Amino acid sequence: MATTTRTVTDLTSTTKDGVGASPRRPDGTLKVTGEFAYSSDMWMEDMLWGATLRSPHPHARIHGIDVTEALRLPGVYAVLTHEDVPGEKRYGLEYQDQPVLAFDKVRYKGEAVAIVAADHPETARRALERIEVDYEVLPPVSDSRRAALDPEYPLVHEKGELPEHPEYNQSGNRVRYQPIRTGAFAESPSSQEAHREALERLRAEADAVVTTEYEVGMQDQAFLGPESGMAIPAEDGGVDLYVATQWLHVDQRQIAPALGLPQEKVRLTLAGVGGAFGAREDLSMQIHACMLALRTGKPVKFVYNREESFYGHVHRHPAKMRYEHGAKADGTLLYATLEIIVDGGAYASATPAVVGVASSLGIGPYEVPNVLVDAYGVYTTNPPCGAMRGFGAVQACFGYESQMDRLAKELGMHPVDLRLKNAMAQGSRIITGQEIDMPLPMAEMLERCRDLPMPVERTELEDPSDQRTLPGGVAGTTRGEGVVRGVGYGLGLKNLCFSEGFDDYSTARVRLEVVAGEPVVLVHTAAAEVGQGLVTIKGQIARTELGVEKVVIAPSDTQVGSAGSSSASRQSYMTGGAVRTACASVRAEVFELARRKGFVPQGREDVELALEGGKVVSAVDGVLVSLAELLGESAENGTVVERTREYHHRPTEMIDPELGQGSSHTQFGMCVHRAVVDVDVELGLVKVVALDAVQDVGKVMHPQQLAGQIQGGSTQGLGLALMEEIQVKDSEIRNPSFTDYLIPTILDTPPMRIDVLEHPDPHSPYGLRGAGEPPTLSSTPAIVAAVRDATGRPLTHAPVRPEDIVGIDL
Amino acid sequence: MRVSFNVNGEDVTADNVWPGESLLYVLRERLGLPGSKNACEQGECGSCTVYFDGVTACSCMIAAGQAEGREVRTVEGLAEEPGKGGDRTLSTVQEAFVEAGAVQCGFCTPGLLVQTDDLIERTVGAGRAAPDDSEIREALAGNLCRCTGYEKIIDAVHLAAERRAAAGSTS
Ligand code: FES
Ligand code: FES
Repeated sequence: MATTTRTVTDLTSTTKDGVGASPRRPDGTLKVTGEFAYSSDMWMEDMLWGATLRSPHPHARIHGIDVTEALRLPGVYAVLTHEDVPGEKRYGLEYQDQPVLAFDKVRYKGEAVAIVAADHPETARRALERIEVDYEVLPPVSDSRRAALDPEYPLVHEKGELPEHPEYNQSGNRVRYQPIRTGAFAESPSSQEAHREALERLRAEADAVVTTEYEVGMQDQAFLGPESGMAIPAEDGGVDLYVATQWLHVDQRQIAPALGLPQEKVRLTLAGVGGAFGAREDLSMQIHACMLALRTGKPVKFVYNREESFYGHVHRHPAKMRYEHGAKADGTLLYATLEIIVDGGAYASATPAVVGVASSLGIGPYEVPNVLVDAYGVYTTNPPCGAMRGFGAVQACFGYESQMDRLAKELGMHPVDLRLKNAMAQGSRIITGQEIDMPLPMAEMLERCRDLPMPVERTELEDPSDQRTLPGGVAGTTRGEGVVRGVGYGLGLKNLCFSEGFDDYSTARVRLEVVAGEPVVLVHTAAAEVGQGLVTIKGQIARTELGVEKVVIAPSDTQVGSAGSSSASRQSYMTGGAVRTACASVRAEVFELARRKGFVPQGREDVELALEGGKVVSAVDGVLVSLAELLGESAENGTVVERTREYHHRPTEMIDPELGQGSSHTQFGMCVHRAVVDVDVELGLVKVVALDAVQDVGKVMHPQQLAGQIQGGSTQGLGLALMEEIQVKDSEIRNPSFTDYLIPTILDTPPMRIDVLEHPDPHSPYGLRGAGEPPTLSSTPAIVAAVRDATGRPLTHAPVRPEDIVGIDL
Repeated sequence: MRVSFNVNGEDVTADNVWPGESLLYVLRERLGLPGSKNACEQGECGSCTVYFDGVTACSCMIAAGQAEGREVRTVEGLAEEPGKGGDRTLSTVQEAFVEAGAVQCGFCTPGLLVQTDDLIERTVGAGRAAPDDSEIREALAGNLCRCTGYEKIIDAVHLAAERRAAAGSTS
């Protein structure tokens, strides 16, 4: 029998199917019967298949493209190149720098050069083979450090080609350069000489100094549902697009100009999304499908295969980091310096925001009086990188947590004690000077995590030689000899919601009416359900706010205002906030109606009213009237109460380009992990035995879905710790498949105990904090720390490779 | 070419099949059964898992022609009353997955359901003991899920096994 336990502890639930309960997902039944329509399931009788010709070179000049032979192939309806782009030839999330179809140059291997529509996917593939592109191959620009620091290094984008962004110190191959200076380093912000002197002084004062270089590899989001969708030409000359994305309106904002169409003629509906994790924040096939549909007058479907998917979306930025920390003998941190270079690849995507996060949270949630940070995001001809769960913060977290462990070792302290000694709390200021004006129970979380029960020792297992309990598993690589156990901790601080002055909002339309004698609420937003369970949360909020059991969630589309992105752990906060606000407005209207119609007893107009169980209830007089009676059957001219509301979070500001100061973040979230691993130190194989987490989420909206977010996020962190890296050599991806790019299977994933705290954030709806990202930060350093503990190896690269453990230089 | 086989109890025929097409493609694009998923089409993820003559297999790795005359059962055929539409009931395994929170994006779900159905039928369904965690992990090792971290999936399998065992003893 299994000896491990899997517990999700003490997650409370209150109102039936309201906020805090764990009702079933409204899309659950469709998803288990196979009827849920994912973007790759779109189908129409007369549809065509789209396919993309991609550059075989990371860097080349294009001298000509000949599509004649491709067009001759029977079954081919259209072959389009950059010359056929009707409007803007470039698009982009932050910088408009990415060609819809390459012209003049290709800047990464896999860049889209031409597109085809044909009657069968195989016909389309064969047509691609007949397109002749005349390339002049150029040397790759692949070294991110040189791109950041060497002014002589060749430019990926010629000067003058791109819009300028002085607020980001953009220049040359630097997409963004962000310095941060505090304490002694702020005295003369840009004098390197002064910094060197300050550093010398601080080093002399410190009792322990640790300096290390770290690397984080390029991780893939590896959602399972491939990039796909269908564009259908419309009679008004516009197009309807069914697609899996994270943000319908930002897609629309980029697609319409490229098509030369007004926004309202490009209508998007969210098709079923097979996971996202950041990879769907940028466009993939959207503009291409629309172009082909408009050109051929037929619906066009795209489905990338797995290899193409590796080229078809951005990845997590690989990072090179140099950290130095100095501390007093009692563990008090004195100073920290950080140089971090994140490789954005060929196009900017979310790189500026990633640099903003990596710099502002670069030292983590530790009180350090003197800090010097230089953060660079650069262009290279490597695969483009952008958003992935925890972006910018994941890379830095691996660095600062590894530093904490090294420092603890140097000082002979327990790693938890060193962290406790320097822990931030509510009222602390992060290195940008921003005050954390919400609970940050870091000390409590660390202590709780340390005190969680340990998994049983190997020797206490019923059968310690059961291969399934050993590193290597049933491959039978060991019977237990050479297997050493290690324990490690990690914690991470993540900004939640959008940062740096972005006016972030979400929109919700809520309608209350009576159908067949029963009050029904319809909730309509444009928010992307990507698997996280936002559809459930929207219904729970409507139930709680309107006291109505029956809630219908309308499909997400652009017929309602923007909901913002399903990223940055922001949708429960933002779209949740919008649904709640719209509900409050509907409720106020219902009360007004009750007063107007005389259901509120005279003289008691000021008594507080509520909506409960489909009725208007007064605190004094009890039930006043049912909604069914008050509103009347909607099909028989009854009253329909509908409100559309926008919800904005409090404003934030940019951090300045010189000292990096400013209150740039909306909310902070935190997770602490403890990992226990067994390592076969001879073969370099690791089995994670337990990966337990303590997270503060402010308010638990849906206990079961929350556990799913924490466990799913922890597992992606496990992948980054031990197995996941896109191998890039000379700017080329070497492992674009699930055969060679490994993500955790059920065998790699340990039991994950979760302890959830609820210290409410006074600024957010219900006091909630975004929950999806923080576990992805802390799980990686905790696991690597545990492997270090078992092996004594420095392990400065994530993921840890077998050769790092056994100490072979490959 | 023409391919005829039986899917979920019905005889079907697909015409004009190009020999390079997989069973998965034929199911999804020619027979209106997109429930089986296409996460990798390389035999690495298990999202396309179906019963093929009663044995679970990745339908992306089966050439369409190989299906000639065979019996295929997909996620669409798991529900207890297949083909009736309306508010048909879910199978024990399907029910358990929704209830336990084992479904997030759901792209891995159809394959996992078929694989779990097989595991349950081989164990409690055949009068054997319910699978423990290790057996569940072994049985589902070929099915990738990127969303859940697998914990809720294991919960769902336990729940399904428990209910299947109870149903088995009363019937
Ligand atoms: S799609 Fe068949 S195994 Fe992945
Ligand atoms: S639920 Fe998304 S891949 Fe499993």
